[in-house]
Amino acid sequence: MKNRLLYIMPLSVFLVLAAYFAIGLTKDPSILPSALIDKPVPEFSLPPIEGGPGKDFSSADLKGNGVSVVNVFASWCVPCRIEHPQITRLAGLKVATLYGLNFKDEPKAALKWLKQLGNPYAAIGADTKGRAAIDWGVYGIPETFIIDNGGVIRYKYVGPITARRLDRDILPIIKKLSR
Amino acid sequence: MKKYALAAILLLAFLGPSPVLFLGPSPAWAVNPDEIMADPVLEGRAREISKVLRCLVCQNQSIDDSDAGLAKDLRLLVRERLSKGDADAEVIEFVVSRYGDFVLLKPPFKATTLLLWLGPLLILGFGLVAIFAFFRPRAMTKAKIGASARTGAEGSDAGAEETAPRTPPPLSEDEKRRIEALMKDGET
Repeated sequence: MKNRLLYIMPLSVFLVLAAYFAIGLTKDPSILPSALIDKPVPEFSLPPIEGGPGKDFSSADLKGNGVSVVNVFASWCVPCRIEHPQITRLAGLKVATLYGLNFKDEPKAALKWLKQLGNPYAAIGADTKGRAAIDWGVYGIPETFIIDNGGVIRYKYVGPITARRLDRDILPIIKKLSR
Repeated sequence: MKKYALAAILLLAFLGPSPVLFLGPSPAWAVNPDEIMADPVLEGRAREISKVLRCLVCQNQSIDDSDAGLAKDLRLLVRERLSKGDADAEVIEFVVSRYGDFVLLKPPFKATTLLLWLGPLLILGFGLVAIFAFFRPRAMTKAKIGASARTGAEGSDAGAEETAPRTPPPLSEDEKRRIEALMKDGET
Protein backbone atom coordinates (compact mmCIF):
# COMPACT_ATOMS: atom_id res chain seq x y z
CA MET A 1 0.00 0.00 0.00
CA LYS A 2 2.74 2.41 0.96
CA ASN A 3 4.76 1.51 -2.11
CA ARG A 4 1.84 2.08 -4.43
CA LEU A 5 1.46 5.59 -3.06
CA LEU A 6 5.10 6.19 -3.82
CA TYR A 7 4.64 5.10 -7.42
CA ILE A 8 1.78 7.50 -8.18
CA MET A 9 3.67 10.42 -6.62
CA PRO A 10 5.44 11.52 -9.85
CA LEU A 11 2.09 11.52 -11.63
CA SER A 12 0.40 13.55 -8.90
CA VAL A 13 3.30 16.05 -8.83
CA PHE A 14 2.98 16.38 -12.61
CA LEU A 15 -0.77 16.94 -12.39
CA VAL A 16 -0.38 19.65 -9.75
CA LEU A 17 2.26 21.43 -11.82
CA ALA A 18 0.22 21.07 -15.01
CA ALA A 19 -2.83 22.61 -13.32
CA TYR A 20 -0.67 25.41 -11.95
CA PHE A 21 0.81 26.24 -15.35
CA ALA A 22 -2.55 25.91 -17.10
CA ILE A 23 -3.98 28.60 -14.82
CA GLY A 24 -0.82 30.68 -15.08
CA LEU A 25 -0.85 30.68 -18.87
CA THR A 26 -4.33 32.19 -19.04
CA LYS A 27 -3.12 35.26 -17.15
CA ASP A 28 -1.47 38.18 -18.90
CA PRO A 29 1.63 39.15 -16.91
CA SER A 30 1.63 42.65 -18.39
CA ILE A 31 -1.68 43.46 -16.68
CA LEU A 32 -0.95 44.54 -13.14
CA PRO A 33 -3.33 44.95 -10.24
CA SER A 34 -3.79 48.57 -9.28
CA ALA A 35 -2.60 49.66 -5.88
CA LEU A 36 -5.29 52.34 -5.88
CA ILE A 37 -8.43 50.18 -5.89
CA ASP A 38 -10.70 51.25 -3.02
CA LYS A 39 -8.51 54.29 -2.40
CA PRO A 40 -9.65 57.88 -2.87
CA VAL A 41 -8.64 59.50 -6.14
CA PRO A 42 -5.26 61.26 -6.01
CA GLU A 43 -5.25 65.02 -5.64
CA PHE A 44 -4.73 66.72 -8.98
CA SER A 45 -5.79 69.73 -10.95
CA LEU A 46 -5.22 69.89 -14.67
CA PRO A 47 -5.90 72.61 -17.22
CA PRO A 48 -7.86 71.81 -20.38
CA ILE A 49 -5.96 71.05 -23.58
CA GLU A 50 -4.29 74.26 -24.74
CA GLY A 51 -6.66 76.08 -27.09
CA GLY A 52 -9.20 73.35 -26.57
CA PRO A 53 -12.71 73.13 -25.18
CA GLY A 54 -13.90 72.78 -21.62
CA LYS A 55 -12.77 73.70 -18.15
CA ASP A 56 -10.18 72.50 -15.68
CA PHE A 57 -10.38 68.90 -14.55
CA SER A 58 -9.51 68.25 -10.91
CA SER A 59 -10.10 65.68 -8.17
CA ALA A 60 -13.00 67.82 -6.87
CA ASP A 61 -14.99 66.91 -10.01
CA LEU A 62 -14.96 63.26 -8.99
CA LYS A 63 -16.51 63.72 -5.55
CA GLY A 64 -20.25 63.80 -5.03
CA ASN A 65 -21.18 63.88 -8.70
CA GLY A 66 -22.33 60.31 -9.06
CA VAL A 67 -20.29 57.57 -10.69
CA SER A 68 -17.50 58.83 -12.93
CA VAL A 69 -15.27 57.20 -15.50
CA VAL A 70 -11.78 58.54 -16.14
CA ASN A 71 -10.22 57.49 -19.42
CA VAL A 72 -6.50 58.06 -19.96
CA PHE A 73 -5.77 58.60 -23.64
CA ALA A 74 -3.46 60.27 -26.13
CA SER A 75 -3.57 60.98 -29.83
CA TRP A 76 -0.36 59.01 -30.37
CA CYS A 77 -1.83 55.91 -28.75
CA VAL A 78 -3.18 53.49 -31.34
CA PRO A 79 -5.24 51.29 -28.97
CA CYS A 80 -6.92 54.50 -27.73
CA ARG A 81 -8.19 55.07 -31.25
CA ILE A 82 -9.47 51.50 -31.31
CA GLU A 83 -11.44 51.90 -28.08
CA HIS A 84 -12.76 55.36 -28.91
CA PRO A 85 -16.10 54.14 -30.39
CA GLN A 86 -16.80 52.21 -27.17
CA ILE A 87 -15.85 55.21 -25.04
CA THR A 88 -18.25 57.28 -27.12
CA ARG A 89 -20.96 54.65 -26.66
CA LEU A 90 -20.37 54.66 -22.89
CA ALA A 91 -20.75 58.46 -22.80
CA GLY A 92 -23.95 58.20 -24.87
CA LEU A 93 -25.54 55.83 -22.35
CA LYS A 94 -25.29 58.60 -19.73
CA VAL A 95 -24.80 56.15 -16.85
CA ALA A 96 -21.67 57.90 -15.61
CA THR A 97 -19.84 61.16 -16.17
CA LEU A 98 -16.93 60.56 -18.50
CA TYR A 99 -13.68 62.47 -18.03
CA GLY A 100 -10.55 62.35 -20.12
CA LEU A 101 -6.93 62.49 -19.04
CA ASN A 102 -4.89 63.51 -22.06
CA PHE A 103 -1.53 61.89 -21.40
CA LYS A 104 1.69 63.54 -22.66
CA ASP A 105 0.14 64.82 -25.82
CA GLU A 106 0.78 67.68 -28.22
CA PRO A 107 -2.18 70.09 -27.84
CA LYS A 108 -2.50 70.42 -31.62
CA ALA A 109 -2.49 66.66 -32.20
CA ALA A 110 -4.97 66.10 -29.37
CA LEU A 111 -7.38 68.71 -30.72
CA LYS A 112 -7.14 67.23 -34.21
CA TRP A 113 -7.88 63.79 -32.76
CA LEU A 114 -10.99 65.09 -30.95
CA LYS A 115 -12.17 66.89 -34.08
CA GLN A 116 -11.73 63.77 -36.17
CA LEU A 117 -13.22 61.21 -33.81
CA GLY A 118 -15.53 63.34 -31.66
CA ASN A 119 -15.24 64.47 -28.08
CA PRO A 120 -17.26 62.32 -25.67
CA TYR A 121 -15.67 63.77 -22.53
CA ALA A 122 -17.37 66.12 -20.07
CA ALA A 123 -13.95 67.58 -19.33
CA ILE A 124 -10.41 66.79 -20.35
CA GLY A 125 -7.33 67.41 -18.24
CA ALA A 126 -4.09 67.89 -20.16
CA ASP A 127 -1.33 66.01 -18.37
CA THR A 128 1.53 67.19 -20.56
CA LYS A 129 4.28 66.11 -18.15
CA GLY A 130 2.66 62.81 -17.18
CA ARG A 131 2.94 63.64 -13.49
CA ALA A 132 -0.79 63.31 -12.71
CA ALA A 133 -0.74 59.94 -14.49
CA ILE A 134 1.97 58.74 -12.10
CA ASP A 135 -0.26 59.74 -9.18
CA TRP A 136 -2.96 57.61 -10.77
CA GLY A 137 -0.57 54.67 -11.10
CA VAL A 138 -0.84 54.73 -14.88
CA TYR A 139 1.78 52.62 -16.63
CA GLY A 140 0.42 52.03 -20.10
CA ILE A 141 -2.43 53.75 -21.85
CA PRO A 142 -5.28 53.39 -22.53
CA GLU A 143 -6.35 52.92 -18.94
CA THR A 144 -9.85 53.43 -17.61
CA PHE A 145 -10.90 54.00 -14.02
CA ILE A 146 -14.37 53.80 -12.49
CA ILE A 147 -14.89 56.11 -9.52
CA ASP A 148 -17.86 55.95 -7.18
CA ASN A 149 -19.89 58.86 -5.88
CA GLY A 150 -17.57 59.30 -2.90
CA GLY A 151 -14.51 59.80 -5.09
CA VAL A 152 -13.10 56.33 -4.44
CA ILE A 153 -11.47 54.35 -7.26
CA ARG A 154 -13.37 51.09 -7.56
CA TYR A 155 -12.15 49.55 -10.79
CA LYS A 156 -9.35 49.90 -13.28
CA TYR A 157 -9.05 48.48 -16.74
CA VAL A 158 -5.78 48.44 -18.64
CA GLY A 159 -5.94 48.23 -22.42
CA PRO A 160 -8.52 49.15 -25.04
CA ILE A 161 -12.15 48.64 -24.05
CA THR A 162 -13.92 46.37 -26.47
CA ALA A 163 -17.69 46.18 -26.93
CA ARG A 164 -17.73 42.92 -24.99
CA ARG A 165 -15.61 44.33 -22.16
CA LEU A 166 -17.92 47.34 -21.92
CA ASP A 167 -21.08 45.22 -21.76
CA ARG A 168 -19.78 42.47 -19.53
CA ASP A 169 -17.55 44.33 -17.06
CA ILE A 170 -17.70 48.11 -17.21
CA LEU A 171 -21.46 48.66 -17.42
CA PRO A 172 -22.41 46.15 -14.68
CA ILE A 173 -19.87 47.75 -12.34
CA ILE A 174 -21.22 51.23 -13.05
CA LYS A 175 -24.74 49.94 -12.46
CA LYS A 176 -23.74 48.35 -9.18
CA LEU A 177 -22.01 51.52 -7.98
CA SER A 178 -24.95 53.72 -9.04
CA ARG A 179 -27.34 51.91 -6.71
CA MET B 1 32.53 49.49 -59.15
CA LYS B 2 34.47 47.30 -56.76
CA LYS B 3 36.42 50.33 -55.63
CA TYR B 4 33.23 52.17 -54.66
CA ALA B 5 31.94 49.20 -52.71
CA LEU B 6 35.21 48.96 -50.81
CA ALA B 7 35.10 52.67 -50.06
CA ALA B 8 31.53 52.37 -48.75
CA ILE B 9 32.47 49.48 -46.49
CA LEU B 10 35.46 51.36 -45.14
CA LEU B 11 33.35 54.43 -44.53
CA LEU B 12 30.77 52.37 -42.62
CA ALA B 13 33.46 50.68 -40.57
CA PHE B 14 34.86 54.09 -39.74
CA LEU B 15 31.53 55.66 -38.86
CA GLY B 16 30.05 52.57 -37.26
CA PRO B 17 31.14 53.11 -33.68
CA SER B 18 30.56 56.87 -33.82
CA PRO B 19 27.47 58.29 -32.13
CA VAL B 20 26.15 59.55 -35.48
CA LEU B 21 25.19 56.07 -36.59
CA PHE B 22 24.85 54.52 -33.19
CA LEU B 23 21.44 55.73 -32.16
CA GLY B 24 20.55 52.74 -30.01
CA PRO B 25 20.24 53.01 -26.24
CA SER B 26 23.31 52.70 -24.08
CA PRO B 27 23.16 49.21 -22.60
CA ALA B 28 24.80 50.11 -19.29
CA TRP B 29 22.22 52.55 -18.00
CA ALA B 30 19.55 54.81 -19.31
CA VAL B 31 20.06 57.88 -17.16
CA ASN B 32 20.38 60.84 -19.47
CA PRO B 33 22.83 63.66 -18.77
CA ASP B 34 20.03 66.18 -18.33
CA GLU B 35 18.50 64.09 -15.53
CA ILE B 36 21.64 63.95 -13.38
CA MET B 37 21.49 66.07 -10.24
CA ALA B 38 24.14 68.67 -9.45
CA ASP B 39 24.75 67.21 -5.99
CA PRO B 40 26.74 63.97 -6.39
CA VAL B 41 25.55 62.62 -3.03
CA LEU B 42 21.90 63.05 -3.96
CA GLU B 43 22.57 61.65 -7.42
CA GLY B 44 24.20 58.60 -5.84
CA ARG B 45 21.14 58.05 -3.67
CA ALA B 46 18.86 58.54 -6.67
CA ARG B 47 20.80 55.88 -8.59
CA GLU B 48 20.53 53.42 -5.70
CA ILE B 49 16.77 54.01 -5.42
CA SER B 50 16.35 53.72 -9.19
CA LYS B 51 17.98 50.30 -9.11
CA VAL B 52 15.33 48.79 -6.83
CA LEU B 53 12.32 50.22 -8.67
CA ARG B 54 10.85 48.22 -11.50
CA CYS B 55 10.01 49.80 -14.83
CA LEU B 56 6.38 48.76 -15.26
CA VAL B 57 6.57 48.96 -19.02
CA CYS B 58 9.50 46.57 -19.48
CA GLN B 59 8.91 44.79 -16.15
CA ASN B 60 12.24 43.04 -15.78
CA GLN B 61 14.35 46.16 -15.93
CA SER B 62 14.85 48.70 -13.21
CA ILE B 63 13.99 52.30 -13.98
CA ASP B 64 17.73 52.92 -13.84
CA ASP B 65 18.20 50.59 -16.82
CA SER B 66 15.11 51.30 -18.83
CA ASP B 67 14.67 53.70 -21.71
CA ALA B 68 10.88 53.71 -21.47
CA GLY B 69 9.11 57.04 -21.05
CA LEU B 70 7.59 56.01 -17.75
CA ALA B 71 11.02 55.03 -16.40
CA LYS B 72 12.35 58.46 -17.28
CA ASP B 73 9.38 60.12 -15.56
CA LEU B 74 9.94 58.01 -12.47
CA ARG B 75 13.67 58.78 -12.43
CA LEU B 76 12.86 62.47 -12.52
CA LEU B 77 10.24 61.99 -9.82
CA VAL B 78 12.75 60.20 -7.57
CA ARG B 79 15.23 63.06 -8.04
CA GLU B 80 12.55 65.66 -7.41
CA ARG B 81 11.51 63.99 -4.15
CA LEU B 82 15.14 63.71 -3.03
CA SER B 83 15.82 67.36 -3.74
CA LYS B 84 12.79 68.20 -1.61
CA GLY B 85 14.49 66.44 1.30
CA ASP B 86 12.73 63.07 1.30
CA ALA B 87 14.53 60.09 2.85
CA ASP B 88 15.23 57.13 0.57
CA ALA B 89 12.50 55.06 2.21
CA GLU B 90 9.99 57.90 1.77
CA VAL B 91 10.72 58.14 -1.95
CA ILE B 92 10.25 54.40 -2.38
CA GLU B 93 7.05 54.52 -0.33
CA PHE B 94 5.77 57.34 -2.55
CA VAL B 95 6.17 55.18 -5.66
CA VAL B 96 4.86 52.00 -3.99
CA SER B 97 1.69 53.78 -2.84
CA ARG B 98 0.89 54.49 -6.50
CA TYR B 99 2.05 51.35 -8.23
CA GLY B 100 1.88 48.68 -5.53
CA ASP B 101 4.51 46.24 -4.28
CA PHE B 102 5.09 45.01 -7.83
CA VAL B 103 7.12 48.14 -8.51
CA LEU B 104 9.78 46.82 -6.13
CA LEU B 105 12.19 44.45 -7.86
CA LYS B 106 12.77 42.73 -4.52
CA PRO B 107 9.40 41.75 -3.06
CA PRO B 108 8.87 42.77 0.58
CA PHE B 109 8.63 40.10 3.27
CA LYS B 110 5.04 40.10 4.52
CA ALA B 111 1.98 37.89 4.99
CA THR B 112 1.02 37.83 1.30
CA THR B 113 4.56 37.02 0.15
CA LEU B 114 5.28 34.43 2.81
CA LEU B 115 4.91 31.52 0.40
CA LEU B 116 7.18 33.26 -2.10
CA TRP B 117 9.96 33.70 0.43
CA LEU B 118 9.59 30.44 2.33
CA GLY B 119 8.60 28.31 -0.68
CA PRO B 120 12.15 27.12 -1.43
CA LEU B 121 12.66 26.13 2.22
CA LEU B 122 9.35 24.29 2.12
CA ILE B 123 10.40 22.37 -0.98
CA LEU B 124 13.75 21.54 0.65
CA GLY B 125 11.83 20.23 3.67
CA PHE B 126 9.65 18.05 1.43
CA GLY B 127 12.77 16.74 -0.25
CA LEU B 128 14.40 15.83 3.07
CA VAL B 129 11.23 14.08 4.25
CA ALA B 130 11.09 12.16 0.98
CA ILE B 131 14.72 11.07 1.29
CA PHE B 132 14.14 9.83 4.84
CA ALA B 133 10.97 8.05 3.83
CA PHE B 134 12.86 6.37 1.01
CA PHE B 135 15.86 5.17 3.01
CA ARG B 136 14.33 4.36 6.38
CA PRO B 137 12.43 1.18 5.40
CA ARG B 138 15.74 -0.30 4.13
CA ALA B 139 17.61 0.49 7.31
CA MET B 140 14.76 -1.02 9.30
CA THR B 141 14.72 -4.28 7.31
CA LYS B 142 18.46 -4.59 7.78
CA ALA B 143 18.07 -4.06 11.51
CA LYS B 144 15.34 -6.67 11.63
CA ILE B 145 17.51 -9.19 9.81
CA GLY B 146 20.33 -8.50 12.26
CA ALA B 147 18.08 -8.93 15.29
CA SER B 148 16.49 -12.15 14.07
CA ALA B 149 19.96 -13.52 13.18
CA ARG B 150 21.14 -12.98 16.74
CA THR B 151 18.13 -14.62 18.42
CA GLY B 152 18.07 -17.36 15.78
CA ALA B 153 19.82 -20.75 15.96
CA GLU B 154 22.79 -19.66 13.77
CA GLY B 155 24.06 -17.22 16.36
CA SER B 156 25.54 -13.80 15.51
CA ASP B 157 26.68 -12.82 11.99
CA ALA B 158 27.69 -9.60 10.19
CA GLY B 159 24.12 -8.28 10.18
CA ALA B 160 23.98 -8.21 13.95
CA GLU B 161 26.68 -5.53 14.09
CA GLU B 162 24.36 -3.03 12.44
CA THR B 163 22.12 -2.71 15.50
CA ALA B 164 22.80 -1.91 19.09
CA PRO B 165 23.35 -5.09 21.22
CA ARG B 166 20.22 -6.21 22.94
CA THR B 167 20.06 -8.78 25.73
CA PRO B 168 18.11 -11.83 24.58
CA PRO B 169 15.09 -12.86 26.65
CA PRO B 170 15.92 -15.20 29.53
CA LEU B 171 15.53 -18.94 28.89
CA SER B 172 12.26 -20.53 29.80
CA GLU B 173 12.03 -23.47 32.19
CA ASP B 174 11.48 -25.87 29.28
CA GLU B 175 14.64 -24.62 27.50
CA LYS B 176 16.70 -24.94 30.68
CA ARG B 177 15.63 -28.52 31.06
CA ARG B 178 16.51 -29.31 27.45
CA ILE B 179 19.96 -27.77 27.83
CA GLU B 180 20.59 -29.73 30.97
CA ALA B 181 19.59 -32.93 29.16
CA LEU B 182 21.97 -32.15 26.29
CA MET B 183 24.84 -31.37 28.66
CA LYS B 184 24.33 -34.71 30.39
CA ASP B 185 24.47 -36.46 27.00
CA GLY B 186 27.83 -34.92 26.29
CA GLU B 187 29.29 -36.08 29.58
CA THR B 188 28.68 -39.70 28.90
